[in-house]
Amino acid sequence: MSPLDTLIIAPLAFALASLGMGRRGAWLIVIAAPVMIALAVWLCAQVWAAPVGHSVGGWAPPLGIAIRADGLSAAFMLATAVAAGLIGLFALDEFAPPKDGETARSHTFWPLLYLLWAAVNAIFASADLFNLYVALELLTIAAVALAGFGALKAALRYFMVALLGSLSYLLGAVLIYAAYGTLDMGLLAQRAEADLPTLLAAGFITAGLIAKTALFPLHGWLPPAHGSAPAPASALLSALVVKASFFILLRFWFDAMPGISGPELAHLLGALGAAAVIYGSVQAIRQTELKPLVAYSTVAQLGYLFLVFPLAGAADEAAPWAAGAWSGGVLHALSHLFAKAAMFLAAGLMLRAAATKTIGGLEGLARAMPVTVFAFAVSAVSLMALPPSGGFMAKYLLLTSALAAGAWIYAAVMIAGGLLAAVYLFRPLARAFAGKETPVIVPTPRWLAAIPLALALLASALGLASAGPYAFIQAGAPLAAEEGLK
Amino acid sequence: MNALLPVLLVLSPLAPALISFALPARLAPWRNAANIGFALVKLALVVLLLQGVAGGAEYEWRAEFVPGLYLLLRVDALALLFVTLSTFLWLVTTVYAIAYFKDGPNLPRFFGFFNLCVMAATGIALSGSLITFFIFYELLTLSTWPLVVHKGDEKSMAAGRVYLGYTLAGSAALLLGIVWLESGTGPVKFDDATDLTAHSGDTLRLIFILMVGGLGAKAALIPLHGWLPQAMAAPAPVSALLHAVAVVKAGAFGIVRVIYDVYGIDIVAALGLGVPLAMLASATILYGSIRAVAQTDIKKRLAFSTVSQVSYIVLGASLVGPFAIIGGLVHLVHQGLMKITLFFGAGALAERLGITRIDQLDGVGRRMPITMAAFSVAALGMIGVPPVAGFVSKWYLGLGGLQSGEPWVIAVLAGSSLLNALYFLPLLYRAWLRPADALPSTDEMSADRPWMLILPAAVTAAAALGAGLLAGLSFSPLGWAILIGEDIYLP
Amino acid sequence: MTPSLLYALTGAGLIALGLYGFVTRSHLIRRVLAFNVIGSGVFLVFGALGHEGGITDPVPQALIITGIVVALSLTAFAAAMIARYAEDGGGGLDPDAEDAG
Repeated sequence: MSPLDTLIIAPLAFALASLGMGRRGAWLIVIAAPVMIALAVWLCAQVWAAPVGHSVGGWAPPLGIAIRADGLSAAFMLATAVAAGLIGLFALDEFAPPKDGETARSHTFWPLLYLLWAAVNAIFASADLFNLYVALELLTIAAVALAGFGALKAALRYFMVALLGSLSYLLGAVLIYAAYGTLDMGLLAQRAEADLPTLLAAGFITAGLIAKTALFPLHGWLPPAHGSAPAPASALLSALVVKASFFILLRFWFDAMPGISGPELAHLLGALGAAAVIYGSVQAIRQTELKPLVAYSTVAQLGYLFLVFPLAGAADEAAPWAAGAWSGGVLHALSHLFAKAAMFLAAGLMLRAAATKTIGGLEGLARAMPVTVFAFAVSAVSLMALPPSGGFMAKYLLLTSALAAGAWIYAAVMIAGGLLAAVYLFRPLARAFAGKETPVIVPTPRWLAAIPLALALLASALGLASAGPYAFIQAGAPLAAEEGLK
Repeated sequence: MNALLPVLLVLSPLAPALISFALPARLAPWRNAANIGFALVKLALVVLLLQGVAGGAEYEWRAEFVPGLYLLLRVDALALLFVTLSTFLWLVTTVYAIAYFKDGPNLPRFFGFFNLCVMAATGIALSGSLITFFIFYELLTLSTWPLVVHKGDEKSMAAGRVYLGYTLAGSAALLLGIVWLESGTGPVKFDDATDLTAHSGDTLRLIFILMVGGLGAKAALIPLHGWLPQAMAAPAPVSALLHAVAVVKAGAFGIVRVIYDVYGIDIVAALGLGVPLAMLASATILYGSIRAVAQTDIKKRLAFSTVSQVSYIVLGASLVGPFAIIGGLVHLVHQGLMKITLFFGAGALAERLGITRIDQLDGVGRRMPITMAAFSVAALGMIGVPPVAGFVSKWYLGLGGLQSGEPWVIAVLAGSSLLNALYFLPLLYRAWLRPADALPSTDEMSADRPWMLILPAAVTAAAALGAGLLAGLSFSPLGWAILIGEDIYLP
Repeated sequence: MTPSLLYALTGAGLIALGLYGFVTRSHLIRRVLAFNVIGSGVFLVFGALGHEGGITDPVPQALIITGIVVALSLTAFAAAMIARYAEDGGGGLDPDAEDAG
């Protein structure tokens, strides 16, 4: 049993156990979080030496299931373990059953958390397109159910988009099997050619994943679903779930199909990403409530990720010393993972303390709950891509690639996106600092604020200590990461 | 040890920042002790470095981020000039701030962010590469904002918005300029000449405009000065920080770095960038002075005076000549000493007598003699009266103008000095020569003399006087600036 | 026309039909049914493509069975959620009609 299998099986076991333990199931997270982090660290140590992978139970593909982990997978699994573990601990306050009996929510949150965890880890470890499909659907169920904690209507809308996206993905995978007789990404990389059936199949897969990643213009479901869920659920959805479908896109284009996209397709994705940055930011500025603001910020931040497709490899000739856009995109995904989780948790605490939903209701909170507001501010710095933060490092890499390649529009969008982010994120912060009185707040347990703070500091640390993560994600990175899509 | 000293220097304000954030408000004496203690530690470190650099030692520390991106701290003479100034002023401002706020609200937060600002300013001074400079420059922007909005009233919040609007837009331009430049040249370090041949002349001009524009937003070059007078809504120690220790200085210091260590004087001259910038700086000098004359509020008048005075530094850098750069650099120090004295004075006036307008100053010299004496020394220095430090700056700037073949600079300096006299002398006249009818009696005043509020101004005024009187010594600011100038111009 | 081509075309037809239903009808249960129709179409295409020249490729068979299980569980979950939505007094099962009203 290697850490790679265990990282998928353990959360499933925790899910069953938390169901079986009933009222005490919530406290399982106290064991699950360190166990999962330890497993992820163990995996990282293995991958640092060389990427790992094997067939589960000795059954060889195509009928058996092959799993593998390179630097990219292992980095995402570690980030997920830390983020999901901390979010789980945070959720103890909200979803631990009260003494006088359990509620439906406190009973269902925990299995869903572990299912989601297993699903994203399975996605990070999958080496073939069909296993990815199965994992993606497991993720959909867990994510929709969590979104349903907030508003069922928003969750159902999310579900419908996700269903259609899954079918689109599945159809693409079927067509690829028909053309190449395999769904293994390693084999596909050798066989794939840029003919019409392949492009059609790739189109279906990409469209399905875009819908699940909420890329503009298919983002409509995200703000209501992420904006109305309870804070821990929002954090899981915004930090992990949308990253998982983006991860598959990254894998699909860079690992499985590096030679077929052509610049037009890459620029199409880039253009949608750029539009998402601007549109999401403008929408975020227009919000009067805090959580929809943070949710629209996710729409905008996801846009940056799609700039990877046209910009990867772009600086190869003009700026050979630069680290490149692929690494920039991955760093951006990781730092957004931490920063957005921190921001949703901090926002949840602030809104609860002030008993409000609106930004105007936050007045004076910087005096009443300084640690929480500080956590919000630190995560905002990463989202604004200001130093010192992981967001800044990522943006610097993307910007260098854009300017070295003369891709002016992308550079302008990134600069504008940073400024717009400052506009929408300083609004709640300014409210929190305004006023002279210290408002009376609904008391929240003091230790809760430490969790968003830890997550926000991790987003910053990703910038301050970026050398290690950067080197790590290069382990087993595909050639296309450096040279770009052809 | 040589590698660690710059790191320790940058990190030394971090400790009091964390202590200030963490300690509950009731442990204020411990917080104050930590603040002053670490400021003293930092001063000791600076003295150690000064000795080392004078003896020819090299201090460098480098941390890798991703390829093409690293943090480089390097101590050179220019860095030390700024660091020494900010460290010394940090110490006196801390003492002053403790007395000024007494036990007001939100002090843990105030001292926390104040120390973060000082850390950022130290980092800016010690930056050895463009991107390192940018990282600390942004840290400065972010950590200053909570200080500007410290009071939390509508005026402060508006000032905070305007401040962020200018500085974040400036940072975006600066970042674009830096990344554009580096996308052709690779990472830019300050100590090697950068190979700029990858870019065309026009591209280089555009990048220069982006970078200087971005830095100009903090240095309050017109038309980017709008935030500075508005930021007067902040408490006096914050004004001192903005005007003398960190913020506007960071912008001016950055412009010096761009001209001398990124482009190099030859290329700046070849591209024809120096003279237009000098003209913009001159326009700012005159504009700021003219606006200052029209103000009736003391702090507002001082703010426009800063707009004007900081541009002397930019003027010295952009004239591209040995005397000019010496004048500009020495003014970096002199302006800091004089302006902080003025703000300490203005803060003490407001705090002890509630005086904020110029027409309330009548006779105040007799009630607050030490404060007003310090204020007067600084004001005379600003005008350029020998032997106060300001005279030395103006003398070298004038020589520099002649040397660079731009004699109109003399006219700008003369005009500005005239305007300086016009807006400072009425204050001194009212303070010393008008009767003090409206003020409390001397006995009442002497019953409560908050020495920590009074002495910092006296110390900085004495330093400004000393810097002028002892300018001939090699360890004076002038001596140090000449050392830097020789380094650049004498091979 | 070989049987496998016939299957594939039928599958494509089902996908088109299901998609039409999914897009034009916003009633939630109809959408879930449309999802199942599309799913069946995709599986039919998959099965047909795995049946070339009389030899049956086992891989599509195995994957189709897995896929059907996944689709079934999604349908069950959707049905449960929709039932809950209706119980909670969410009103009609047709969100668009509700919005319009």
